[in-house]
Amino acid sequence: MDLIEVFLTAGFWAAMIRIACPLILGTLGELICERAGVLNLGIEGIMTAGAMAGWMWVYQGGDLWGGVVFAAVVGASLGLIHAGFTVYLGLSQHVAGIGLTMFASAMSFFTFRMMLPSSTTPPKIQGFQQVRIPGVSDLPFLGDAFLNHTPLTYATFLAVPAVMYVLYRTPLGLAVRMAGENPVAVEAQGIDVLAVRCGAVMAGSALMAIGGAYLTMSAFDAFYFGMINGRGWICVALVIFASWRPGKALLGALLFAGLDALQVRAQQFAGGAIPYQFFLMLPYVLSIAAMVVMARRARYPKALLVPYRRGERH
Amino acid sequence: MTLEPREHTPLWLVVMAPVAAVVASLVLCSVLILWTGQPVLKAYGLLLGGAFGSSFGIAETLTRSTPLILTGLAVAVAFRAKFWNIGAEGQLYCGALAATWLGTGMISLPPILMIPLLFVGGAVAGGVALLLPVFLKVRLKVDEVVTTLLLNFVILLLVSFLLEGPWKDPMSLGWPQAAPIVDEGVLPVLLAKSRLHLGLLVGLAAAILIWAAMRWSIWGYEIRAVGLNPQAAGFAGIPVNLTMLRVAMLSGGLAGMAGVGEVAGLKGYLTLDLSPGFGYAGIAVAMLANLHPIGVILSAVFLAGIYVGADSMSRAVNIPTYIADVLVASSVLAVLVSLMLVRFRVRFR
Amino acid sequence: MALEIRGVTKRFGALVANDGISLSVAEGEILALLGENGAGKTTLMNILFGHYVADEGEMLVDGRALPPGDTGAAIAAGVGMVHQHFALADNMTVLENITLGTEKLWSWRSDTAAARARIVEMAEAYGLTVDPDRRVDELSIGERQRVEILKALYRDARILILDEPTSVLTPQESDRLFDTLKAMVAQGLSIIFITHKLHEILAVSDRVTVLRRGAVVGTVATVDADRESLAEMMVGRKVARPRAEHLDPGRAVIELDAVSVAGPRGGNPVLDRVSLTVREREIVGLAGVAGNGQSALAALLSGTLAPSAGTVTLDGEPVRRFTAREFIIRRVGRIPEDRHATGVVGDLAVWENLISERLRETPLWRWGRIIDFAACKAYARRLVEQFDIRGAGIDGATRLMSGGNMQKLILARVLDRSPRFILASQPIRGLDEGAIAAVHQRLLDAKRDGAGVLVISEDLDEILSIADRVVVIHAGRTSPSLDIGDADARRLGLMMAGDLQHGAGAMAS
Repeated sequence: MDLIEVFLTAGFWAAMIRIACPLILGTLGELICERAGVLNLGIEGIMTAGAMAGWMWVYQGGDLWGGVVFAAVVGASLGLIHAGFTVYLGLSQHVAGIGLTMFASAMSFFTFRMMLPSSTTPPKIQGFQQVRIPGVSDLPFLGDAFLNHTPLTYATFLAVPAVMYVLYRTPLGLAVRMAGENPVAVEAQGIDVLAVRCGAVMAGSALMAIGGAYLTMSAFDAFYFGMINGRGWICVALVIFASWRPGKALLGALLFAGLDALQVRAQQFAGGAIPYQFFLMLPYVLSIAAMVVMARRARYPKALLVPYRRGERH
Repeated sequence: MTLEPREHTPLWLVVMAPVAAVVASLVLCSVLILWTGQPVLKAYGLLLGGAFGSSFGIAETLTRSTPLILTGLAVAVAFRAKFWNIGAEGQLYCGALAATWLGTGMISLPPILMIPLLFVGGAVAGGVALLLPVFLKVRLKVDEVVTTLLLNFVILLLVSFLLEGPWKDPMSLGWPQAAPIVDEGVLPVLLAKSRLHLGLLVGLAAAILIWAAMRWSIWGYEIRAVGLNPQAAGFAGIPVNLTMLRVAMLSGGLAGMAGVGEVAGLKGYLTLDLSPGFGYAGIAVAMLANLHPIGVILSAVFLAGIYVGADSMSRAVNIPTYIADVLVASSVLAVLVSLMLVRFRVRFR
Repeated sequence: MALEIRGVTKRFGALVANDGISLSVAEGEILALLGENGAGKTTLMNILFGHYVADEGEMLVDGRALPPGDTGAAIAAGVGMVHQHFALADNMTVLENITLGTEKLWSWRSDTAAARARIVEMAEAYGLTVDPDRRVDELSIGERQRVEILKALYRDARILILDEPTSVLTPQESDRLFDTLKAMVAQGLSIIFITHKLHEILAVSDRVTVLRRGAVVGTVATVDADRESLAEMMVGRKVARPRAEHLDPGRAVIELDAVSVAGPRGGNPVLDRVSLTVREREIVGLAGVAGNGQSALAALLSGTLAPSAGTVTLDGEPVRRFTAREFIIRRVGRIPEDRHATGVVGDLAVWENLISERLRETPLWRWGRIIDFAACKAYARRLVEQFDIRGAGIDGATRLMSGGNMQKLILARVLDRSPRFILASQPIRGLDEGAIAAVHQRLLDAKRDGAGVLVISEDLDEILSIADRVVVIHAGRTSPSLDIGDADARRLGLMMAGDLQHGAGAMAS
């Protein structure tokens, strides 16, 4: 099989969609936070906590969508902590985010160990199953590649236009974007900037957590330590690559996932001539490259990283 | 609620802030201990006893604190200049790689030269690992947080490749590990019947040197000015980019030395599990120390104590060792708040 | 009364920013609020608008008390504010800036078509034309101010507060603004006009309330007032700003020959073939509306920005390396536009900021590397005394100083090196009369000692009072220089609006 033929297999495209989903959700979540002016480096920990929360809910006998909601609630709560530190107390967004990642990861691992004190192989759950859409899913190639996925996958792809609509077509979205550009302008129009930012961080964190839950509930069906494996950081890079636009974020995540899926298949062709570690490096190297490419053109939200304190003149 | 900057901050407040933060996080974590069904005070007693209750415990704690002092300094120096180096973990492995490359038979030197060579080599390698992020930050304004974080994964995979491929020790019975450091390069043990090695003294010396340099040298002045207000520093003629580069080399170098200490002092050979996150813990060390070099020593010993104590506590009673990570992370978050209360006065209207 | 403020007091720590202030505005009236910088005008308006909460006192709109600390309630009661530093998001459209917060936050869609129609209609009614779909950063300063006013009108403001609205306008634009304001009061609006410029008060207001050090000094009808009495009420004593004396200029200390700075992403150049000369013993004023290239020119002459074309000659020698260090070594004294952001490192001690341009110099640094605390502090103590810098003491944090003392600190750092050329960007912005006099006196002294000075200012009064020659900048181009005797506010205003050759016949030297 030639490398080009990979593109003709439905399995490649289906894998790309699966790999993309957590990245799409994480990137959208980070994008919402940053659009409101708050860098959320808690993302890696929030995704871990979301993965853990979703898995735990189902493992304890809860239903799947309940698990998604629970993960979102956990994510939003962690977002509230981040907002408390960065929005209300005006602490360094870098440091608070790193601290939150440490905290959320540690709490997730602790909780996991409390529930399963001595298990070495993580127990599987019954995750989301693929749903065949009558008629279209039976289409040759297209059906298997794009129309034979889990409900959470479809929901993920619907989240993109939903976020776009809210950000660009509603008064709330306008307030969020403005809070990231010039919080003084928001305050001057009688809107509580801090509340807008806090809400955006909570909503964004909820999306990140669902992105984590996707891994345990729609991909691996189990929780592993270190399963997020830098996906959160990649999302932060993707937001920059996407120039803070949801549509481009979707494209970026798909492109990225496509290269990742390709990488796995290319390993087989390489037949050991190139050590597998170099293929595994690709996502991280590509993320850095993506940021470099976009760095010059990036139009970042002007008030990103700048805490707002009411009545302060600068 | 409004925050007002304090005009004067009494010294005792600055010193008490981290202590109060630690107490707060101990109180918070007692909820988790209650969840495990163990008595809180007994658990903390076991933790304290495991870390500091015996000469063996103290030696273990100091051994564990050795890399933490160095990675903590690496983070503290970088954060002072608002250079957000989150890549100490990767730089530590770079240092370990350099020590392995130099110290497994490439050259033979007497210990008096070999050991310094390993440290210098490790420091250079750690610094080199930061060249790309600092270049991208200065030239293209690419956020260094993400680049340093992502490089951690790249470097770890590189180490994995070397240990499974070209550098694999044929005597290792299939384990992915490198050849042992030659005898001349092994760091002397400081205390008989313990694992405590020369690296601790290197860390202490580094902390004191950096404290002195930050206070008295022109580089220290420049680093502080650039960290507090890069625009004004540049306007006054301080070479901001060069200062960033210096900070990056220093920071990466310190983290690299931590890797040298672990390979040449503790393990004797490079493995993939050389560091259980010392680079990331360095961030906690630096934050708890309020980025003060001497404070780093204290907070590194304290954090090492938590890790060592939590190990022995979890052996004695049924509490997952991850309680140590929760304690450390919540201390970091708490210290952020307490340090803010030191700078600002909260007024309720 | 449309608006009544009764006994408002606001303290920040030990500072009493507002001390029992009472004032009122009637329907259809323009009240001028006069006071120097730091008199408490802006604080008072921030309280009225809910950004701050007063410690004492109350505010009544149409007889109803305004809840404290609630911007939304102030807007709903019909109070609108035009901020001195525009509260606009540059990356967003005029429409977005105006409609923000006017619809229910949680509604599912926003009606942009109706909003656009209403904006266009209002703009025509008040002569405030502006395209609702343009991005704010594409607008001129004057247009941005119109957006700010439209923002207030869009929310049915009955009481409009304008904070130093003319500080960014040309004299002609100011006149146009006054016409707009008069049209507004004719329709029953009330206006509070905050300013420290006396002639504007006489031109536009019905009554004047004067503030000094946070307290009301008095309220007079404008017809009964004149410049001298108002000035004395504002400052509390006879005002005497130092005036320029003419000296014979010497050799050129700095010469710019066709200097250009390219714009971002291939846009219009920020500086376009600028030629300019400053000689020994003269002060040249650079006038212009904000955002016409002054910042780039200041950065260029500070050594923090390199030109893309043209030559800069310092003291007869062309400059090849554009670094701050190079300019400091070649004895250029630089007073930056933004004291807090560029002038000082606020969290360093006063003495540390005083030595920041003397790095590696003995005897402050031993072997050029190790700081000599004793020498540095002795040096700082001498400057603090010589330049009368007060507030924090040499070991205190610099951020705690007042603007005037911070400016004195920067002047001390600059003047102690006996500079050949001094670049002063907006040197008196935000300072009170006492500090203004001190700063101007220092610049005049430096001129007498042989330095050439370039003062970049948006305040025409400042330029007219201390400059020997004036150059006007517009859209990155500079006008021929004009002798101060040939310059007046009207003529400079036309030049600032783009007619750079206006009065070219009167070219000096």
